[in-house]
Amino acid sequence: MNRTFELSEFLFVAAAVRWTLLLSLVAFLGGGIVGLLIAIMRTTHNRALRLVTAGYIQLFQGTPVLMQLFLFYYGFAVLFDMQVDAWPAVALAFTLYSGAFLGEIWRGSIQAIPRTQWEASACLSLSYVQQLRFVILPQAMRISIPPTVGFLVQLIKGTSIASIIGFVELTRAGQLMVNVTFQPMIVYPVVAALYFAVCWPLSLLSRFLERRIDADLGIKRHL
Amino acid sequence: MHYAFHFNVVWDHWRELAEGGLLTIRLSALAMAIGLAVATVCAYAKAAGPSPLRWTIAAYIELIRNTPFLVQIFIIYFSLPALGVSVEANQAALAAMVVNFGAYGTEILRAGIESISHGQIDAGRALGLTRLQTFRYVVLFPALKTVFPALASQFILLMLASSIVSAISAVELTAVTNSLQSTTFRPFEFYFVATGLYLGMALGFRAVLGGVYWMVFVRGQRS
Amino acid sequence: MPILALNGISKRFGTHIALDDVSLSIETGEVVAIIGRSGSGKTSLLRCINGLEVPDSGEILFDGHRVERSRAGLRALRREIGIVFQSFNLFPHLTVEGNITLGLTEAKGVPLEEARKRARDVLRQVGLEDKIGAVPLRLSGGQQQRVAIARSLAMQPRLMLFDEITSALDPELVGEVINVLEKLATDGMTMILVTHEMGFARAAADTLVFMHEGRIREKGPPSRLFAAPVTTELANFIDAILPAGPHISHVFG
Repeated sequence: MNRTFELSEFLFVAAAVRWTLLLSLVAFLGGGIVGLLIAIMRTTHNRALRLVTAGYIQLFQGTPVLMQLFLFYYGFAVLFDMQVDAWPAVALAFTLYSGAFLGEIWRGSIQAIPRTQWEASACLSLSYVQQLRFVILPQAMRISIPPTVGFLVQLIKGTSIASIIGFVELTRAGQLMVNVTFQPMIVYPVVAALYFAVCWPLSLLSRFLERRIDADLGIKRHL
Repeated sequence: MHYAFHFNVVWDHWRELAEGGLLTIRLSALAMAIGLAVATVCAYAKAAGPSPLRWTIAAYIELIRNTPFLVQIFIIYFSLPALGVSVEANQAALAAMVVNFGAYGTEILRAGIESISHGQIDAGRALGLTRLQTFRYVVLFPALKTVFPALASQFILLMLASSIVSAISAVELTAVTNSLQSTTFRPFEFYFVATGLYLGMALGFRAVLGGVYWMVFVRGQRS
Repeated sequence: MPILALNGISKRFGTHIALDDVSLSIETGEVVAIIGRSGSGKTSLLRCINGLEVPDSGEILFDGHRVERSRAGLRALRREIGIVFQSFNLFPHLTVEGNITLGLTEAKGVPLEEARKRARDVLRQVGLEDKIGAVPLRLSGGQQQRVAIARSLAMQPRLMLFDEITSALDPELVGEVINVLEKLATDGMTMILVTHEMGFARAAADTLVFMHEGRIREKGPPSRLFAAPVTTELANFIDAILPAGPHISHVFG
């Protein structure tokens, strides 16, 4: 029996937006903590720490997200001989993924702070932790906001891949509706429109913030 | 953890994995070449075309950049038959990758083109070059050199994203890995090795692209 | 006992010899001006004193004690030695007051209220009391540099280093900074300045040090060095500066 795509089908799909947003939020916050640690470790004098974190970043940025998901969901279930629920596996995979990307963004922001700021604060006899806390990180955080918001868009889009292992979020909800209505040419554009409605404002915000911060710093940039 | 690793199972199927890898490389390389051509045309049109065309291309870019690749694949896969084109999964996958890369590539090229000062363009016209010739020699070549690193990164992202086309049953490394692990019940070993293969391909692409850069832009310029 | 003693300091960057067996001793309250061409080693020498550069050989004694290269040792040293940079290096995300109180509250453990009071005092000394709430970006170069001096001064150092602090300023803003320096000198601060301001060196410095290619070539009272340079290098240096304008020819006797 075919259903056609009408209001109740649309509402089913639209309601799934919250799972996409929830997963993105969890991964973003978790990844934020991981990313901050990584960014700091990437900029210390300790060569071992720098190499390890560089390897971590290279691993997550140089492999497909889908593979990372498969490893966490199917691979680890077999490895540890336990039933892995979709939520923890997906949340963990996306958290580590976000940690790598955010770590790289924030490392760039920290390194964009001129060495003279490190010198000036060191010459006031501040410790390394105090330098980070009071001088470097406040400035780095500010310039990292546009690319961080940009990554949030990337993350929200990336969560669609969780549908491939059956995790119910927006894309999976769309697939389920297609299975029921056999109208992919209506369902999928609607799904795309919902993603667009969430992502586009964030993209605009990111570009707006970038222009604002550049203006504050007196920089002209081609956009 | 009482798991006994059986990587030899993976080794038994090395040929299939290698074929999958080659399919990924072929698919990605083809998508890159066509996608770059599309991006060049769009970048030129966006810089020098009439208003309606500029707006259309801008809309295309915003749509692609704010919706997930997986959803784009579904839309293209299901819409092509409606347009009367009967496609197999790999062709639809190629189309989706070209459409996706075209949007990002256009943005990257556009930034490069805008970094060419008007003085250069005026000099080109003053030498009697037509608009198209000016674009080719004065603008495009230096722009490509400037944005080559960004393009290279985008290429690698495209290659990694190709794993997603397995969702419409296109045949490439991820699809091959999926079927192998399901028949041998060794998900961890297969996904682990496949992830390593992707990482290797990403590093390989980076090296090759670095070589291309050197050949075209460094050595080629010395004469 | 000299407050600072440098013995046989040598430093090279790759193949470039920045400092070649430099020795110098400075008494409390002495004002030392270091002059010389770019690349003569003046800035490298200054940066070795407070640990921003590490000499390849030689020793540095502060208050008779060898300078400890550990992190804690350098922090202790930097509580006693202040530095003002050519490009001010203020913290752009903090107000003028914040710039000054940061070192006091975090590195010296001074309570915030007292730190703010000290901030007001030093700002009064440099003539910028009304700018206490301002943001560095809104200040002129001369004002930013005076805030930088105040920031260093608030830490109550026993020795202050100045690395060409007027070189990055528009000419009309140099005077206000020089005035502050002259006042510091009169108040008895021990100062080492790398400078191009010959007028100031002549008027306020006790000792002039001329460096050339990493070595100290001449050292003594400015009036004597300017009037009667012993080495050809210093004579050439003075000649090179003289065409800069008649307004400083009076410096050279």
